[in-house]
Amino acid sequence: MARILAVSGNEAVAEALRQVNPDVCAAYPITPQTELMQRFASFVSDGIVDTELILVESEHSAMSTCIGASAGGGRVVTATSSQGLALMWEMLYIASGLRLPIVMPVVNRSLSAPINIHCDHSDAMGARDSGWIQLWSENAQEAYDNTLQAFRIAEHMDIRLPVIVCMDGFIIGHSIQRIEYLEDEEVKKFVGEFKPLNPLLDIDNPKSYGPLILPDLYHEYKRAQHEVMTKVKDIVLDVAEEFEKIGGRRYGLFEAYRLDDAETALVILNSAAGTSKDVIDEFRERGIMAGLLKPRLFRPFPYEEVANALKHLKAICVLDRADSFGGYGPLFMEVSSALYQVRERPRMINKIYGLGGRDYLPQHAEQVLSELVEIAKTDKVEIIKEYIGVRE
Amino acid sequence: MKKIFKRPISLKQVPFRFCPGCGHSLIHRLIAECIDNLGIRERVVGIAPVGCAVFAYDYFNFDILEAPHGRPPATATGLKRAMPDRIIFTYQGDGDLAAIGTAEIIHAANRGENISVFFVNNATYGMTGGQMAPTTLPGQKTTTTPSGRNTKTAGFPLRVSELLSTIEGASYIVRTSVDSYKNLINTKRAIEKSFRYQIEERGFSLVEILSPCPVDWGFTPKDSIIWLRKEMMSVYPLGTLKDKFKGKNKWKKELL
Ligand SMILES: Cc1ncc(C[n+]2csc(CCOP(=O)(O)OP(=O)(O)O)c2C)c(N)n1
Ligand code: SF4
Ligand SMILES: [Mg+2]
Repeated sequence: MARILAVSGNEAVAEALRQVNPDVCAAYPITPQTELMQRFASFVSDGIVDTELILVESEHSAMSTCIGASAGGGRVVTATSSQGLALMWEMLYIASGLRLPIVMPVVNRSLSAPINIHCDHSDAMGARDSGWIQLWSENAQEAYDNTLQAFRIAEHMDIRLPVIVCMDGFIIGHSIQRIEYLEDEEVKKFVGEFKPLNPLLDIDNPKSYGPLILPDLYHEYKRAQHEVMTKVKDIVLDVAEEFEKIGGRRYGLFEAYRLDDAETALVILNSAAGTSKDVIDEFRERGIMAGLLKPRLFRPFPYEEVANALKHLKAICVLDRADSFGGYGPLFMEVSSALYQVRERPRMINKIYGLGGRDYLPQHAEQVLSELVEIAKTDKVEIIKEYIGVRE
Repeated sequence: MKKIFKRPISLKQVPFRFCPGCGHSLIHRLIAECIDNLGIRERVVGIAPVGCAVFAYDYFNFDILEAPHGRPPATATGLKRAMPDRIIFTYQGDGDLAAIGTAEIIHAANRGENISVFFVNNATYGMTGGQMAPTTLPGQKTTTTPSGRNTKTAGFPLRVSELLSTIEGASYIVRTSVDSYKNLINTKRAIEKSFRYQIEERGFSLVEILSPCPVDWGFTPKDSIIWLRKEMMSVYPLGTLKDKFKGKNKWKKELL
């Protein structure tokens, strides 16, 4: 029997970590993630988990600690946000390059300057190319479910890669939502015993992690990383299928909402997808064939599947809660790349919304959907990339 | 009628928004008074940290540069080298200076940078809600050490001033507190002396100031003063730890 409670996103993910009971956790506070590690610290302090908790002096050290513990053969977690993730940049590449299955919830927050503590996706988008798998979550339930699945994905013997699980800072991290927890025993069975792969301190088989590789083999090493990424999609789907058997909730590479017969659609990550779905329902009631695609697996990006899900549409808008200054929004670039490969494709626009915690409101979705209806009718795009919700 | 007490010009006409009993407001005021006294307001640039003092620009009536968490000493170095005639100070919490920014402070001191550092030690990460800092006392309860800091796994209180006083490049290192009138006056003297050393190009100085954080310590403002005196001061004794120019000051009254 599932336990149904009302908890914050941070609390839900801390509960997932409690149920998984990892070997090592490196903790360092940063808003809006702080509560997550704090709750976990109290589990350690109360003896509810056996985790070795290390209160480090910065995120730079947090990720370095995770790398050490993971190479040593432990199940390892940490969590961060914003500047913290930015400060880990160097180590992120090392964790993935060494193929260490570290799991890290990222409670999304904007980046300085100017300093701001509220939600946008600039932090995780900055880690896009770092070789980590990224799962994104609309609400507390998805963040909890994704965290549990992240361990199975990261530790899968065919891939062994670190995983970031994203949820929106404050909007999801701090707000109280309904959640269904799995039983401890079910989680334990689902994630299973941690199986080390090539750990250090295997005395009979000494090994080195991260030795110098010059032009003779570095290129091949990176190609191996690319190749292993191509296996991730199938594993994510397999793990989701198994998860559905115990959790009852179905996950894919993305969520397609009223998309099959749609003419126009929004592509949008995380919590804003929830707001958008309500507006899509209203448009449908008015006879407008609108739909939505919410990516779940952002890295590796499922190009073919996304293209297949969107190619029949007349017009789509990709909404980005992050900018790539001087370029299009990061999600727009992925969706464009996906659709370029199909002959018949929808007209596309890109809206940047919600930076630094600016509210994304139903009227923003309405405004964008109305613009899409117009584009579908005229087959004309005036401005490709535009900011919405801007104070004039 | 003669006005004998007024707000320093170096503070804006806005109320502080720190918690009741917080030491930050006192320290802001002391710094502003010293800047007024020395007549350097138009030459001063402050570096704000990340921490409860992040809003320094809301209160100080002069230019402020906001640095990433822990980076004020490096930022100050760049600023001072580019504008050597300006008076540059950093204002940093113990998380900022003694955790994430440990490397920066050690190397700024080691290079003998001609800057003033005001280091507010409240034995916790105040802004993020009272987690353990490297300066947290053994056994002290924080949100990340709910059963008290265990020195076996979480280390010992880091005495930054003692550490920095062993560095040759550092000129003046002192520890003060804001728990009493006497200690407020001593803190003010130390801040003023640090600025004077900078004006006279005497190199790196740091004033560590023990400061209450009643909210995250879980005490009333009054009890937090008692705890600061009893517990903090025994781990962090007050006094001058280093003064390269002791007895060589030309000013009338020898400061702390
Ligand atoms: C890179 C980075 N990591 C973490 C944080 C989160 N953070 C903000 S303030 C703070 C602690 C501040 O403590 P302290 O310097 O002692 O200042 P106080 O609030 O106690 O005055 C932390 C960890 C951040 N802003 N940047
Ligand atoms: S949390 Fe502590 S340091 Fe921050 S303003 Fe409140 S009392 Fe001051
Ligand atoms: Mg502090």
